[in-house]
Formats: sequence, C-alpha cells, structure tokens
Amino acid sequence: MVARTDPAFQETLRDYQRNYVGRPTPLYAAQRLTEHLGGAMVYLKREDLAHTGAHKINNALGQVLLARRMGKKRIIAETGAGQHGVATATAAALCGLECDVYMGTDDIERQKLNVFRMRLLGACVIPVAAGTRTLKDAINEALRDWVTNVRHTHYCLGTVEGPHPFPLICREFQSIIGREARTQILEREGRLPSLLIACVGGGSNAIGLFHDFIPDAQVKMVGVEAGGIAIEPGKHAARFAGGVEGTLHGAYSYVLQDENGQIMSTHSVSAGLDYASVGPEHAHLRDIGRAEYVHVSDQEALDAFQRLANLEGIIPALESAHAIAYACKVVPAMSSQDIVIVNLSGRGDKDVQQAAKFLLAGDDVL
Amino acid sequence: MNRIETRFNNLAQQGKTAFVAYITAGDPDLDTTAEIILEMDRCGVDVIECGVPFSDPVADGIVIQEAAQRALAKGASLRKILAMLKGLRDKTDVPILLFSYYNPILAYGIEQFAVDAKAAGVDGVLTVDLPPEEADFYKKCLDEQHLATVFLIAPTSPPERIKLIARISTGFVYYVSRTGVTGVRQDVEASVHGALDEIRKHTNKPIAVGFGISTPEQATEVAGYADGVVVGSAIVRRISELGNAPDTVQKVGAFVKSLVDATKGK
Repeated sequence: MVARTDPAFQETLRDYQRNYVGRPTPLYAAQRLTEHLGGAMVYLKREDLAHTGAHKINNALGQVLLARRMGKKRIIAETGAGQHGVATATAAALCGLECDVYMGTDDIERQKLNVFRMRLLGACVIPVAAGTRTLKDAINEALRDWVTNVRHTHYCLGTVEGPHPFPLICREFQSIIGREARTQILEREGRLPSLLIACVGGGSNAIGLFHDFIPDAQVKMVGVEAGGIAIEPGKHAARFAGGVEGTLHGAYSYVLQDENGQIMSTHSVSAGLDYASVGPEHAHLRDIGRAEYVHVSDQEALDAFQRLANLEGIIPALESAHAIAYACKVVPAMSSQDIVIVNLSGRGDKDVQQAAKFLLAGDDVL
Repeated sequence: MNRIETRFNNLAQQGKTAFVAYITAGDPDLDTTAEIILEMDRCGVDVIECGVPFSDPVADGIVIQEAAQRALAKGASLRKILAMLKGLRDKTDVPILLFSYYNPILAYGIEQFAVDAKAAGVDGVLTVDLPPEEADFYKKCLDEQHLATVFLIAPTSPPERIKLIARISTGFVYYVSRTGVTGVRQDVEASVHGALDEIRKHTNKPIAVGFGISTPEQATEVAGYADGVVVGSAIVRRISELGNAPDTVQKVGAFVKSLVDATKGK
C-alpha cells in the first residue's frame, strides 16, 4: 500500500484518469426524468461516459498500474457482464502487459459484444464451463490461475469482493466517484444530496459512490440488488434478502447458500449483478444500519432501461437500470427539495441484444 | 495424543514415512467411500484425508472439482459424511483427517461441528481456505475436542508466516509442493527438499508434502526427505474412471498399495 502515498504513482494515476479515462465524469441533472417522476431532483453520475463505458476502468487502471509497479508481467481478470474484462484488457494494452480474462460460458453468450472487444484489445478470453457458468465460476478459475502463477501474474479482481486486501484496493480506486460527486453537487446545489442510489453486484460502483459520504449521516444510501424473477432459490441474486453469513472467495459476507453451506446458483437479467455473495463492506454498512439494501426485479430493471432511454436519451447498462428502477419507485414520494444521486455505473450498448430479447419478444428483432 | 499424532510418532521411531491418501467423500457414493476407506486401511495407508465436497473448490484442480460435483449431485453433505465415518469406527482405527472448505463448516456451526466430528471418530481437520490469521475461534473449538488442526504452508509463504502456521498446526504440517491447485503432475519441483529444510528450522513437527504427487516414483522421491507423502488427485481420478464398477474398491486398493509400498521403500 506504499503506492497510496507515492507522489509519482498518484501523479501518473491522476494523469491517466484525466486524459485517458476522461474524469471527472459529469454529474448530470436529469430534468425530464425528474419532471416525469415528480418528486426529488434526480442527478445521474455519468460513469457510463468514462472510457470503456463503465466505472470498471477506475479500478482496472489503478490495479494494472499497481501491477506494473510491482513488476508483474501478466494480468488476469474475471468478468461477468464483460465490463471489467474490457476495462482490464484496456488497461493492460495501455501498459503493454499480457492479459487473460476468465468468463463463464453463459455470460459469453449474453455479452458477445464485450467478448469481441476484449479480443480486439489483445486479451485472451478463457471460457469457464464449470458450475453455474457465470461470474462466481470465473472468479474460481481466476483464483486458481493466480495461486499457480502468482510470482509473475497480478489478479485484477473487479469488485469489492475476494480475499483481503482486494476489497480495499478496489474501494481505493473507485472512491473517486463519490469524491467527484460531492464536489459537483456542492458546486451545483450548495448542499449534500439526501439520497444516493447504486446497484450492487459485488458492489464496487456502490462503494465508490458511498464511501466519501459515509460520515455524512444525513445522506441516505441505498444499494439495489438483483431481484431476478422471484425471491426464491436460484431465481435471484438478492443476497440481503435470501442469503446468510458465510464465506465465498475469501470474504465473510452475506452469501446465497443451502443449509449445507453449498453456494447456490443465482439469476439476474444483468450478468454483472449475478453473483452469490456481496462485498463484505456492504454487509458491514447494512449491519450497522448505515446503508439500506433493496432489490428490484428483472422486469422493473427492463422497464427502467427503456424509460431512461426514452426520457433522457441515455441507454443505461442493465446493472445500472436496477438503480434507476429503484429511483423511479421512491423519488415520486420525495420532496422537491430533496436531491437524489443515482450512479449510472455503465452504458447499455452491451445489453441491447439481451434487452431486445425481452422487450421485443415476438417481434422480428436483430 | 490423537491417532494422527500417534501414527506419525510411531513411524518416526521406525524411521518410516507416512502415506496419506485423499479421496472425495461421496464419489461415486458414500457407501463406496466407506468401503474404499476400509480397503485403504488394509493396504497400509497411514492417514486418510476425507474430502468434504464443496460447490466452489478454488484450491482444487479439475479432477477433484469434478469429483466434488458428482458427490454433491448424489447428495453428499458434511452431516452425511460424519454419519458415514461414525459407522466405520468399529471396523477401523485408521487416522482420519477431514479436508474441507470453510463454508460448509461455518454453515454447520463451528462448535457443533467440532463436537460431532469428534463423536464421529474424526482425528483432525484441514480447512483449506481458512487463513491462520482468521482461525482463532475455529482452532479453540477443535483444540477443545482434541482434534488436530492442519494448516498449509505454500512455497510463497514468508518466514514469519511459516512460523505462525507451524505453531498452530497439530498432527502434522502440510507443505504444498508447488504454487497452484491440486492435480496430477509430471514431476516434483526441485525446490521442495530445500523448502522442508527451511521449515524444519522453525518446527519439530512432522511435515507432509502434497499437491501434484501422482506416481509411485514421485512418492519414493518425496519420501526421501518428507515425513509424509500425500496423494489425492491420482487416486480420485482412478475412482472416477472406475465409478460404481464391481471391482472399484479392489482396483483402487491395488493402486494405493503401490503408492504405500513406494513410500515405505518396498
């Protein structure tokens, strides 16, 4: 963690964040969405406008720079929706490092565009056909690769999950989201928001937004999990609704598991939220009552996906659409004096084909 | 002193190396596992590592992953495995070490698990993904039941951590012969011998070496400098190839016997 206080490293990171990633990302006042909902003022933190189209680049870039600093020659990553894989492949290309990305075969099927992007960026996408063929199994394979090749390989884990210190490293690089949002909202409104909303898979974009606001007790924070089809075993990924304490991938948190401690399969329309555990810091924030965690269904997320496209001309990632969906539920009942910041963690180009299957069912699509 | 410690002590007095055999409990089914354990005892295995199948076995290569999946599909669970082992204790005195991931034990309840494991005749537990730094309560519960607590030392473990792991390991210390996961390998890394010399500077406890040892020739080589030789994937692969065939137990026994003989210098 010496890099945290190394001025040269921090200067390199800042330079890339500004001139390569395009930070700070805008804090956009969503006027039409606000008028449509008729309650609090809604701002969108536009992480979808960061290079590669999601917040994932914040962590990937930081970790790949760390890996270069440590003298590692090779980067590996897991990916669910493909956004972290694309971000890692991008950072590895930028730093001239070899890159292999593990991805479940189910996710490869629903995120073909991102698979192609990774290959274009020079990364090798390694299919994982084991277990549930999603993010969990991609992490299993990445961990196996890492323990085997640890001397020359860095595992760039994409969320605030996994063994210590991964949750802290990822938070460190994602917390720029909340720091920027604070500065931006104070400039625009002269006061802090009353509510922050972010989707939670592993929980990196949520921790990124929340972290800087944790000491501000008046700022309410809500994480939105994937409610999937129903809160029944195997049909959702709402760990706080259906999980109990356990360990998965080296972290103690809420885990969807059976009575024998076997990890259960999960479901979400969005690959990036389809994971049986949740970042341990989220479990902590919930247990101490600092943050609240809710879930919205696949259908609600798809409705929000369409609504934001229609009202604001922004196609959100299906992951981020979960946060939008929850905003649509609660904002109408809030006061016009309230300010809500929704983390628009990624853009939805990657999801267009998947969404079309649901939204245009019966039509002759694509 | 429990059965594992006693066995290593007796072997040390005879100048012999222990042979430790891993199998995944419940593959192809728990009845066959019980028969294989009895057969391995007859073949001279010193310690049986009884693997508890887990849905996400990150420390295991493909052979044991697939065995775990088959066992889980057949309904194996920690509870049923303990019941199976309990039924064996009037038939064998072979030392039994449970090899598990942490979450099945957490879900069971650590205190209750320790009590029930002891009652089932288990002699020790190796929880492969539990770091020693997080093991205080676990170790307290197992110590109270006089169950051995085996922890892993890796080729990348720095001296401070070697000291810690050696201190809290009882029964024996487990040295992982290579960076990586379990699996069948072509050769034993040249660095193992020197690594054991390094570990012995910090502990007098017996050291067993595992991960990747697959053949009688490799067992003989490692037996030349280790106190115990662990073979897992090679045996599990035999079991998976044979499945529920009528001669599975006998054929697995013959293979294990060749490994025992190689380890004992016969």
